[in-house]
This record gives sequence, structure tokens and C-alpha cells, in this order.
Amino acid sequence: MSSSAQQEHVDDEDHNAQHESVAHDDVCGHAGHHSETFEPAPTAFHHISDLNVYNIGPWNFALPCILYAPDRGWDIFMSSKFGFDRRGHGDGHKTYNGYVLDGGVVKRIVDDHFPMGVQEVGGFAHEGDLSFACIDGTPHELEAKSTMDGGLFGGGVTSFYDFSLTKNVISMLLVGVFLLWMFIGIARAYRARQGMAPRGVQSFMEPMFLFIQDEVAKPFLGKHWERFQPFLMALFFFILALNLFGQVPFFGGSNVTGNLAVTMALALFAFVITNINGNKHYWEHVFWMPGVPAAVKAVIITPVEFLGLFIKPFTLMLRLFANITAGHIVVLSFVGLIFIFGNSGQSIGGASLGAVVSVPLTMFMMAIELLVAFIQAFVFTILTASYIGAATEEHH
Amino acid sequence: MIGSIAAIGMGLAVIGAGIGIGQIGAKAMEAIARQPEAVGDIRANMILMAALVEGAALIAIIVSYILPISA
Repeated sequence: MSSSAQQEHVDDEDHNAQHESVAHDDVCGHAGHHSETFEPAPTAFHHISDLNVYNIGPWNFALPCILYAPDRGWDIFMSSKFGFDRRGHGDGHKTYNGYVLDGGVVKRIVDDHFPMGVQEVGGFAHEGDLSFACIDGTPHELEAKSTMDGGLFGGGVTSFYDFSLTKNVISMLLVGVFLLWMFIGIARAYRARQGMAPRGVQSFMEPMFLFIQDEVAKPFLGKHWERFQPFLMALFFFILALNLFGQVPFFGGSNVTGNLAVTMALALFAFVITNINGNKHYWEHVFWMPGVPAAVKAVIITPVEFLGLFIKPFTLMLRLFANITAGHIVVLSFVGLIFIFGNSGQSIGGASLGAVVSVPLTMFMMAIELLVAFIQAFVFTILTASYIGAATEEHH
Repeated sequence: MIGSIAAIGMGLAVIGAGIGIGQIGAKAMEAIARQPEAVGDIRANMILMAALVEGAALIAIIVSYILPISA
């Protein structure tokens, strides 16, 4: 790929942005079908982002949409109202009350006077950062998707709020119910078979449980370990289960722990629990470190320690998010090799060669990801334990 | 242009983290060779330290990832 061609392309986009009104009229000319060439980066991001449809194998299933717009109130309906294809990327063929489903994601048409109810959508067109829905051949600009993760994968804070039970939420609920069912069963088994050797799933979970208890909770939390044990265990098994669930191909393909909003909530728990349990020595060490000259304290130590309060959960959030997301992007890039070698589906020979290259690399990466799933769950737990431990440590 | 600079930044961050984690791994191996009975403690602390080094690198990577989008 020559850099001058790329440069020209970028210039082209800038040009279009300056003359938006001109560019928009012809944007629907080639819409209605996806662009023929395979684009690896958007494809990868589509597959790791949260959607309003659930994917099992190649099929899409409808999920409940709960949308709120301050100027219009609540809209609660199933995403099947959008009339999306049973197979494919989840482009909806209908509008519903001014909302559309673009690539499996609910977006709102910017036009305030857009009629309520159902209208046919010809297709979607994308130009730079902007998306358009083509209705009767005219392009209607779409708002970005509504996210709370700062728009890292597009989107951001929009004129409507998406409280839907999305793919990630459903996966999280499934995993939560599964963990509850499994651990209640195990707890019952311990009560029923007191003093006897563990059996079945008990003997699978017991070493993991004891590992976290003996290697994380007890050494880091000292005599307070029993108080924080439930939190640490919940954290570890929740993250581990979601990491592993995100690894399962063709079922959901949900990237829950690779979603910044989810890791942010987990880090927020760690932050709050650390700081409400902090004793006076902890706060003294943050704000007025003993044994250091006052000038040094005021200029360096206190600001750094104070920032550290927020940086610690911030890195906790980023670490889990980045590790899981990076792993998924690498896997998707390797799978994308098949389509790049196959010239977007035109060359079977190239695609076969791509598959020969891609399958071992993907398998290797999946094995690494399996390792990472355990390590990141462990690291999140051990770091949380060490922060709580530092906050509750007795004076010595 | 900003994208290219950000890509260089990502690379530099990875080099830094690579050196850091490499040092941790090397020293941990050395420590295990000297004291095989402490392998459990050393491994747990090795992973903890690697995670801390990685955290700094990840902040750099995320910043260089977001910069071209927001700029």
C-alpha cells in the first residue's frame, strides 16, 4: 500500500467533511449494500463492541431495547421491531420512533422532526465518522451510539440514553446466574457431606477457592481477611467466568470484561471498598507522610499519593479492559487474514492459504488468551487485595 | 501525522514494558534457581510486579490510541 495513495484518501475525507451538504446527497447512491472490500479494523471493532442483538452462530436474536430521550420519554420494545436480518451484521430494515439499528447498534436519527412509528430503511452508509440511514433515497444523519465508556469505540454521550439489555448485559446475567447456581450447589454439598472428601464440581472449584484464600486474601489482608473474602472471591470468579465466556466462539461472542464500562464498575467497587475501610494510618500516609521533611511532603509526596488514590483503580480498570480487548483484536485480525488473502471472497486459493496461516495462529492466540483469562482475574484480585491490605494495615 | 506519532508512542511503551517485564522474569527465574522452595511466593510476586509494570505501559498505549481519535 503506497503511502501517497493513503494520503490522498485522507485528503479526500477532509474535503468531504468541509462540503458536507454536497457529499451527503450522493452518499446513498452506493448504499443499501456493504462496501465490497473487506475492512479489517471496522470488522474487528464491530465484533468486540456491544450490540442490541444476541448472536448465536451466524444468527441474530432480538433483545429488549430500553431507550430514553429527554425530549421524547421512554421507548421500550424488542429490537425485532427494527426488522433486522436473521443472519448477517444486524442492519435493521425499519425505523422505530426515530431510532434505527445500524450494524446491530441502536442509533437515533438526528432530525428532530423525523416522524414516529415505522418507516422502511433502504440501507446504511458510512462516511468517515458519520453514519447515514437511507430512507427513500435520502440520507438521514445518525447520532453516534450511546455509551458510557467515553466513546473509545465510537459513540459517547448522546441525546438519548440506551439502558437496553444488550448482548453484554445478557451475557453478564447468564454468567451471574450460572455462578450463583454452581456455588449454592457447592455450598449445599459441603453442608451435606461434612467431613467427607469433595466430589464432582466441588473438587474442581476447591483448589481455586483455596488458592485465592491462601495466596491472596490471607497474606495481603492479615487478620482482616475474613471480612473481605466474599468480595475478593466474587471479584475473582466473576471476572474469570466472564473472561472464559468471552472466549467461547459462536455463542454470544460477548466481550464483557473487554468493555470499559464493566471494568470501570469493578474498579469503582475496589476504589470505594478500599477507601471506606481506610484507617487513620492510611490517610496519614496519603496526606502527611510521617518521617519526611514538611516541604518535600507538601510539594511532592502528598500530591503524588493523592493522585495515586485514583490512579490505582484507573489502572485496574485499564489493565483488564486492555488485556481482554487486545487478545480479541489479535484473534479477529488473524481471522481477518483469510479475507485479506482471499481478496474479500474473490479468490478461493488465497482464502485457503489465508486459512492455513490463520488457523494455527488463532489457535495459538486462543491458548494465550486462556492463560490471560486466569492471570488477569488473579491480578485484578491480588491488586485489589493489596490496596485493601494497605488501607487496613495496623500501625507497626 | 498524529496517528503515526501515536503509533511510535505505542511502540516505545511496549519496549519499556518489555524491558521491565523481562527484568522481572529474569530475576524471578534466578531467584527460583537459588531457592526452589520459595517458588510459590516468587511466582505470585512476579505476576504482581509484571501487572504493575504493564499498567504503566497500558496507560501509554490507551492514550496513544485515544489521541488520534479525539485530536
